[in-house]
Amino acid sequence: MSAPARPMAERPVMLITGTRKGIGKYLAETYVKRGYIVEGCSRGEASFEAEGYTHTSMDISEEKAVKAWVSGIARRHGRIDCVLNNAAIASMNHVLLTPAATANRMLAVNVTATMLVCRDAAKVMMRRRYGRIVNFTTIVDPIGLAGEAIYAASKAAVVTFTRILAFELGDWGITCNSFGATPIMTDMIKGVPKEKIDAVVNALAIKRLGKPEDCVNVCDFFINPLSDNITAQVVYLGGVS
Amino acid sequence: MIDRTVAMEIVLSALREAVDQNGGDASGVNEQTVIVGPEAVIDSIGVVSLIVDIEQRLEMDHQVSVTLANDRAMSQRNSPFRTAAVLADHILATEREGAVS
Repeated sequence: MSAPARPMAERPVMLITGTRKGIGKYLAETYVKRGYIVEGCSRGEASFEAEGYTHTSMDISEEKAVKAWVSGIARRHGRIDCVLNNAAIASMNHVLLTPAATANRMLAVNVTATMLVCRDAAKVMMRRRYGRIVNFTTIVDPIGLAGEAIYAASKAAVVTFTRILAFELGDWGITCNSFGATPIMTDMIKGVPKEKIDAVVNALAIKRLGKPEDCVNVCDFFINPLSDNITAQVVYLGGVS
Repeated sequence: MIDRTVAMEIVLSALREAVDQNGGDASGVNEQTVIVGPEAVIDSIGVVSLIVDIEQRLEMDHQVSVTLANDRAMSQRNSPFRTAAVLADHILATEREGAVS
């Protein structure tokens, strides 16, 4: 496909979703320090400022909002190198007590939004026949954690989506992988009872909570230009498989 | 807003490039060239590339942001991508709607 003349950033451009707090914020701060141009988003306002970081407040499950976000980034920078789809919502609740609206919202943010960001970013990546997509999943699917049925189902969908996406985008030099961290003390799990978290950690091969640094470590591997033959994979931390 | 002449030029230019990249003869590409179906001049992956290429040209060269594989396109009995002329008309209709979905 053609690549019309346009200004292109010299530094690599990374999109990260869900950057207002938690792991997403840590990822954004880390990669901007390393010289990436980082474009972050969340429902709320930015919680930090940094040279090279731009924040957009939006609902990533809204198709038009995602399109406008990615289009703006492409116009300003002329390239997208990496996407880290970190944004997600969870609701720990027995399925017998889960309203349809809660399930639908979780699927919209965790699955549909991931698809939308991948779709629109991949169209920009295709121009340069290069791209790295990392979609965040969870260990609660493979470990079968009671109380997380809908959340786990949505993240299992992300794994399957990512695996198939890898085959659909491979011809354009775009790799797609998934990553599931062990529990990390963020707002997402603040409502989960401590004994539940302890039980999960004690069932791991590496019996400790996850750290944001663990996430960066896996992302570093997936987004490395040398990882051009690493695609359609899922990595779980802590010995989960 | 773009007019039909511009839309047609974008489609034909992108289509010629797609046919050329597919190893075909792009010299015969015109408004009636078939893009989708048994008579198509490009394969299914070529169609994906073509649609994305056209979206990117619209975006970068004309500041027109559209998603051509939108709900309206998917709900039509006949593909809005079937010929170059039909695709150009679909671009104009999508832009008029301000549709990205």
